[in-house]
Amino acid sequence: MTAVNLEGNRLAEGRENMHIAIVGHVDHGKSTVIGRLLADTGSLPEGKLELVREFCRRNARPFEYAFLLDALKDEQSQGITIDSARCFFKTEQRNYIIIDAPGHIEFLKNMVTGASRAEAALLVIDATEGVQENSRRHGYMLSLLGIKQVAVLINKLDLVDYSRAVFETVMEEYRVFLEKIGIEPPCFIPVSGMQGDNIAALSEKMPWYRGPSVLEILDAFEGEKPDQDKPFRMPVQGVYKFTRDGDNRRIIAGTVEAGTLTVGDRVIFYPSGKMSRVKSIEAFNESKKDSLSTGYAAGFTLAEQVFVSRGEIATLAGQLKPGVTSRIRANIFWLGREPFRKQKQYLFKLGTARIGATLEEVVKIIDASSLAVTRKDYLDKHDVAECILKLDRDIAFDPPDVLVQTSRFVIVDNYEIAGGGIVEEALADIHQATREKVHLRNIKWEKGCVEEEERAERYNQKPTLVLVTGKKEINRKQVAKALEKKLFEEGKPVYFFSMGNLLYGIDADIKASVKNDKKEHFRRLAEVANIMLDAGLILIVSVIELTREDVRQLGLGVNHEKIATVWLGEEVNTAVDIDLHIPETFSQDKTVATIKEYLQKKGIIFKPW
Amino acid sequence: MDHLTRLENKSIHILREAYSEFKSLCMLWSVGKDSTVMLWLARKSFFGHVPIPLVHIDTSFKIAEMIAYRDRLALKWRLDMIYGQNFKALQEKQTFPDGNCTRLQCCKLLKTEALINTLSGNWPRYRLNHDTGKYELDHNREPYSGVIVGVRSDEEGTRSKERYFSPRGKKSNWDLADQPPEFWNQYKTDFSPGTHVRIHPLLDWTELDIWEYISREKIPTVSLYYNQGEGTRYRSLGCAPCTRPVESTAKNVAEIVEELKTGQFSKIAERSGREQDKEDGGGLETLRVDGYM
Repeated sequence: MTAVNLEGNRLAEGRENMHIAIVGHVDHGKSTVIGRLLADTGSLPEGKLELVREFCRRNARPFEYAFLLDALKDEQSQGITIDSARCFFKTEQRNYIIIDAPGHIEFLKNMVTGASRAEAALLVIDATEGVQENSRRHGYMLSLLGIKQVAVLINKLDLVDYSRAVFETVMEEYRVFLEKIGIEPPCFIPVSGMQGDNIAALSEKMPWYRGPSVLEILDAFEGEKPDQDKPFRMPVQGVYKFTRDGDNRRIIAGTVEAGTLTVGDRVIFYPSGKMSRVKSIEAFNESKKDSLSTGYAAGFTLAEQVFVSRGEIATLAGQLKPGVTSRIRANIFWLGREPFRKQKQYLFKLGTARIGATLEEVVKIIDASSLAVTRKDYLDKHDVAECILKLDRDIAFDPPDVLVQTSRFVIVDNYEIAGGGIVEEALADIHQATREKVHLRNIKWEKGCVEEEERAERYNQKPTLVLVTGKKEINRKQVAKALEKKLFEEGKPVYFFSMGNLLYGIDADIKASVKNDKKEHFRRLAEVANIMLDAGLILIVSVIELTREDVRQLGLGVNHEKIATVWLGEEVNTAVDIDLHIPETFSQDKTVATIKEYLQKKGIIFKPW
Repeated sequence: MDHLTRLENKSIHILREAYSEFKSLCMLWSVGKDSTVMLWLARKSFFGHVPIPLVHIDTSFKIAEMIAYRDRLALKWRLDMIYGQNFKALQEKQTFPDGNCTRLQCCKLLKTEALINTLSGNWPRYRLNHDTGKYELDHNREPYSGVIVGVRSDEEGTRSKERYFSPRGKKSNWDLADQPPEFWNQYKTDFSPGTHVRIHPLLDWTELDIWEYISREKIPTVSLYYNQGEGTRYRSLGCAPCTRPVESTAKNVAEIVEELKTGQFSKIAERSGREQDKEDGGGLETLRVDGYM
């Protein structure tokens, strides 16, 4: 019946917590099963049972264990669970946090929310109704969410006279479905939530079933194991330097998703490819440590300072490299009110990275219940599909078989998380050659003895590439030069550079007329900018009608956080995110003053103290 | 990794996400045990620093020792301490202790209203000047778009339905029937103008976890939590007129941990000493939907 080992699994000391999701079709009795688990393990607060009995009496409804959970007033009146409530109980082995996920199709996003926190799941199917649409859909979602330990409870056996035949028919139908989606046949338990059969203990009424009870199967599930043996991965949450009270540490902070990190290790940050060495492990109110392992929300300092920012993933040199690309193939489930469609700009979040994204292609849509494959070029709410996404910048990730934590992402539409997905594969994009050059350049880069921060403090500015752009007839160069003069007069190390200045020197070996060379032209501009910024300068470059692709190209060679864009005059739609728009009606002086004010506000030039 | 460390790391991760993603962020500090643990976790997250302002809603009916403890720690840990208050209601004596309204109305005026208007910057905020040790009118009236709150899901029904990052509407209202999805350590950090997000780093902690962590980390707490020889202690702290102590002999952290482990309180709700909950039909739903913590 079950391959789960029930013996030899006892924890000696210390309490382990386990999150268990309970899912299934609406009205199949999930809440009743939980209510019963709570009652039978003596986990209810005093008076709670009486309160609910009283509620039922007043409202002339039969008492149900389910009401124990439906703590919210409007839920009790509707009789359905609308969100994932959590409740706690414990066995001798460990503490359980049961997440009651709603079965109603309308609340799939709540089911996903609840189930994604779980390490294992109970899936409830009503024996009288058999396998229903959401029984299958939820099973499919569990596999997408990556929950591998699932027990199927076939419920309401009391209503079918505890029939073994009914149990086995439902079990067989569901087992076939699970096999199709690649889930190993889990354990099936015949239960009655209402009567308490096979929940806390095996029932006399089903002598034909001698597998585990629900409580036993819960205790047999295995807790999350840290991915210690996998390559080191730590998405950077922030780079902290809190100088108050004389603290000079510059700390790279994040949570270790896999692997270990030791003082002295060579770390490489992706997607930038910047490399340094670990100087120290940092923590507060803890004894000094020399290494960090999986699961720790940690921090470390670097021996040589390199510019890294939130969104990069720290990895170890010599271990498997993460994928870096701006085009991916992914499996996506869509939860948004509005469909997921092409030509619309979305926000893509993986690890700590946030990047603009568009849907390039829907490869196929899979019906999560019938498993039929259809084709559409957009995703409706609750669709599950294989898609190709195009990102505005490079992303670092791992395929799910390497590390699932760094392959999962969400998509934000109109301020809301509207979809989730798993990156299956990095696809070729047009930036591959440039990216490889930049990575090699970063790894080989030799630094002097002056740190970037020391330069910034000396010059009172953050090195930045300021792109002054606008339509052809606007006098961008004049503004760019006036801005250079203004900042120079205020003592700032600043340099104006015309795109044309590249053509006959650095670009002398390529023909500007050949269309493909525009990419190479921008690559070289980015390399020049990178050197000047590394020297601590503010570099002002004027460009005609800057496009998203131009910024993308420059962003390969210069960190996107070091680029500021200013659009002069009438806007044209070149689909580029501009930091500052300046109306045509502004005089040159006012334009320059506005740009200066913006640079101050963004902390690029520091106000004189 | 033991389970307290696991909880600690998850909370730190959440605090850092909040710090990175919200420009105008604050943390509510009631000076109770939960939000003090949260404050400690902030010090852990930021390596001894607390780069987030702490906001305290002073109903003026808090037990006196709580305010003294607040200011003592604020000075010692160099906290950016801010408080707000419903001056009008207090001036007009629109309070339960003055006998002019019910407990629930009083809570709404002195806590919910004061909280909403302090967060939005509509009402004055007072900021601790570390040089003088006195509070001064704060000139920054920018609304807070991220508000970190130390609620735990095991406290009462509605809190068990919370997200880690939970949006509030233009009137600070909580639409609990239509909450955004939240999965894979990705949180709601985008929000439309005029709305804000409540951030709950302690959602997975239980009362026992809190005390075990206080014990492990040696976090200073108010003495009201301990039996001073009268055979009672406070289990949950609120305003003096509406908070009752429980019978207990626990005189220190270790004895509280022991007491909770024996299960003496396992069937009595933690907030059962908080009278306003009872007026709200046994829960906090009415208050919380309107913007209460």
